[in-house]
Order: sequence, then structure tokens, then C-alpha cells
Amino acid sequence: MFLRGPSLGARLVLLGIVSILLMYLDHRENHLDAVRNALSVAVYPVRVAVDLPSRALGWMAEAVTVRSRLLDDNRRLREERLQFLARLQRMEALQAENTRLRALLDSAPQVADRVLVANILSVDLDPFQHRLIIDKGSSDGAYIGQAMLDAGGIVGQITRVEPYSSEAILISDPGHATPVEINRNGLRTIALGTGDSSRIVLPYLPNNADIEADDLLVSSGLGGAFPPGYPVGRVLQVERVPGEPFANVTAEPTGALNREREVLLVWHRPARERAPTEETPASSSGEAAGADETAAPGETEQPAGQAVEANQ
Amino acid sequence: MRRRARFWPVALVLVIALSLEVAPLPSSLEYWRAPWVALAVIYWCMRQPGRYGVGVAWVIGLVLDVLKGSVLGEHALMLAVTAFLTVKFCQRLRVFPIWQQTATVSAIAAVYILIGMWIDGITGDMEGGFLRLAPILTAALVWPPVHWIGNRLIAPMVEA
Repeated sequence: MFLRGPSLGARLVLLGIVSILLMYLDHRENHLDAVRNALSVAVYPVRVAVDLPSRALGWMAEAVTVRSRLLDDNRRLREERLQFLARLQRMEALQAENTRLRALLDSAPQVADRVLVANILSVDLDPFQHRLIIDKGSSDGAYIGQAMLDAGGIVGQITRVEPYSSEAILISDPGHATPVEINRNGLRTIALGTGDSSRIVLPYLPNNADIEADDLLVSSGLGGAFPPGYPVGRVLQVERVPGEPFANVTAEPTGALNREREVLLVWHRPARERAPTEETPASSSGEAAGADETAAPGETEQPAGQAVEANQ
Repeated sequence: MRRRARFWPVALVLVIALSLEVAPLPSSLEYWRAPWVALAVIYWCMRQPGRYGVGVAWVIGLVLDVLKGSVLGEHALMLAVTAFLTVKFCQRLRVFPIWQQTATVSAIAAVYILIGMWIDGITGDMEGGFLRLAPILTAALVWPPVHWIGNRLIAPMVEA
């Protein structure tokens, strides 16, 4: 009565096979970026429309803020700016000194990072994953694997780039691992997301590792995904169970993972252009165990030839 | 018997459903988001099975995949099966009393969610456990009002 052409069941089977093929190509081979990009332009208006109410609310809140509050804000920001400028003066001297020392050590100097502010669109994707959409895409030069920071530290990285927007993964996603080192002694390890945006865990530290509560974790720069030296989290508690090979270490991300509306995208040139082999947990645990005696950041270990190559 | 039916109200409903599917919710409620696009597909497949069927649902699913950033083809497959079941049962669905219709729709929504869980399990993002089944309950809760609004407000615009 209703149908022309192939029967309903035949159509379903056909489309099912096409879907499975698509999923295979997209998940295993990443062949479908062109299709996804074309469709993403079509869904971009929906994303913007969904973001509009919260943006309008923010704008309204700004528009009706009382004058005295604005003046207070202004005064506070000016004071903060003065403080930061003062700190920056010292920082420049330190940076020059650091470059000189690194030159003495024959290792690559740290390249100044270029940053760009991106807005987070208030679009909810899967509630079981910590992913978000930002409003900068390949037209702004964003690339896959680019690090994302906020005022407090590293927030996540970009996983998919579309022309006008990108999808990013937060460091608290259960599928994300961040190569970190302890700021106090340079002990390197991997921080894993837990699915809770206020917790990350460090499961690959042996019981006798030198780590304490309140230690600052900074990005180690190994793996090349994140620029080295940015804060990632602060250790909350270290639980050493005598029978277990590894300590239970939990930390709290320093970045405001679920509160910020703006993030910074960082362009940095990784010190080494090799494939990110350090990110696998297996190699990291061995490395963490051996890291106590080589308590130095990764750059000092690389051969001089490579340092010259990275210098250019 | 078939009169000229307008297309734009259906498209508008689809855009609204797509927006609701990603609209920000308080974090305690985000596990309970109703499968809005699936409900819209069920509604139109039940209402006009000659015009909206498996193929349209599949294309909508592709758009939803891009919107939600899931594996391309996941929601397409889920919605195609949803549309298939609805078209199969549309004659019965239309004459069911509302509670029986709600029960059938939540059964179809359950199939939709379970296929999604299955695909997520295969592609490696299986988190959440039983909380993943929460949208089935929400679907049952929102179906009566959706059905009422569809019949009273939107269907007259389509078929006038």
C-alpha cells in the first residue's frame, strides 16, 4: 500500500550494512573526514542556536550589572595587571637566564608559545564522555592534538577539527591520558581521567615513589601533545597499600574543567618531532620507576644533534 | 487520498529535536535527556509512514552523528531500526489508547538505546552502566505530551 521499490526489510538491511561500513571506515580508518566536514557545516547553525540562550543570558547579566560592581571589577583587574606586569619583568630575566643555561647544556630552548582565545559552545554531547565543542576550527589554524589551556592550567586537547568549530577532549575524560611530571622533583608519570571533572588519577606510580599530597603536577611535554611546564593538577591524597605494587594517587585538575567558558589554544613546536611513544602506560610505569635517579626534565636526555635540529 | 502535505513544519520539528538533543542541561539531569530525535522520527513514521521511513531516518541519523560527534553511522543505524519498527507497527500504534501507545514507544526507544549501547561497547566507550537506560524512562514520560502537541498543534499545520 505504502511502499514502492524494495521492501521495508530489504531497505533496512541495506542501510544497516551501509551504516556498519561507515562505522568501520570512520572508527578504524578515519577516511570520512570530508563527509563529516561537509555535514558539520550543516549542523553548525544548530550548535550556534543551542548556544544562543546561554550567550544571551551572559550578555544580559553583563548589561544589567550595576555600576559600582563594574568599578570594583575594574579596580581589581588593574591591581592584578600591575602585579602580573611586575612578575613578568622578573620572568623575562629568568627566561633569558634559562635560555643561556640551556645553551650551555646543549639542549633545545623552549620556544615561546602562540595562543588564541576560543569560546566553548554550551553544547552537551555524550554525558558519559568529557568532550566539548569550541568555536575555532581549521579556518583559524587549529589542528588535531592541539593543547587547550585555561587560567589554571591544562584543560584538554583537540580531537577533531571542522572548518568553523572543533571537538575537544578534557583531561578528565576516562579515555584521556596526560603525560605529567611532579614539579618538585621531576618524577614523570601519566595522569588518567576518571569521568569526574574534579579528579584525575596517577595509577602507575610504585609504592615507594617520592610523591606527597599537595605536590603540583605539570605537563612533561613527553609525547609532544602538550607544551611542557604548564600545571595540570595538584595531588590530593596518596594511598600506599603495602600488598599492591602501585600507589593509589588522586589529584585535582588545576584548570576549571567544567566552569570556564573560554579556553586558550596553544601553538607550540614540540622539542622532538618523533611519534608519541611515551604515552603508553606500559612504558611509563617502567619509566616512572627509573625516574628517581634521573630527576631531570625530558629535554636534557636528548642527543645534541637533535637539539640542533629542533633549534632551527 | 493523500493531500499535498507541507514539509516545513516537519523540518522545524526536526531542528527543534536536534537542538534539544544537545541543549545544555544541569549535570544531574544530563543522563536523563530524552531521545528527542528518535521520538520525532517515531511520531512522523507513525503519522505518515508513506512519506517518512527508513531512508529519511537514516539520513537524519547521519546528521545527528556529526552533531554529537559519535562514530559516523551509529545514530544512522539506530534511527533506521527505530523507523523500521515504527512503520511495521504504525497501523496498530495509531489505534492504541495512549497508555498502550506509550508502552510500545518506550519499547521502541529501548531498542534504539540498546543498539547505541551495543555500538558504543564495540567502539570502546562503554561507561555508565545502568544509567544509560535512563532515557527509556524519560521517553515514556515525555511521549504523551509530545503526542498531544503533535496532534493538536503540528499535524494541522502539516495537513491543512
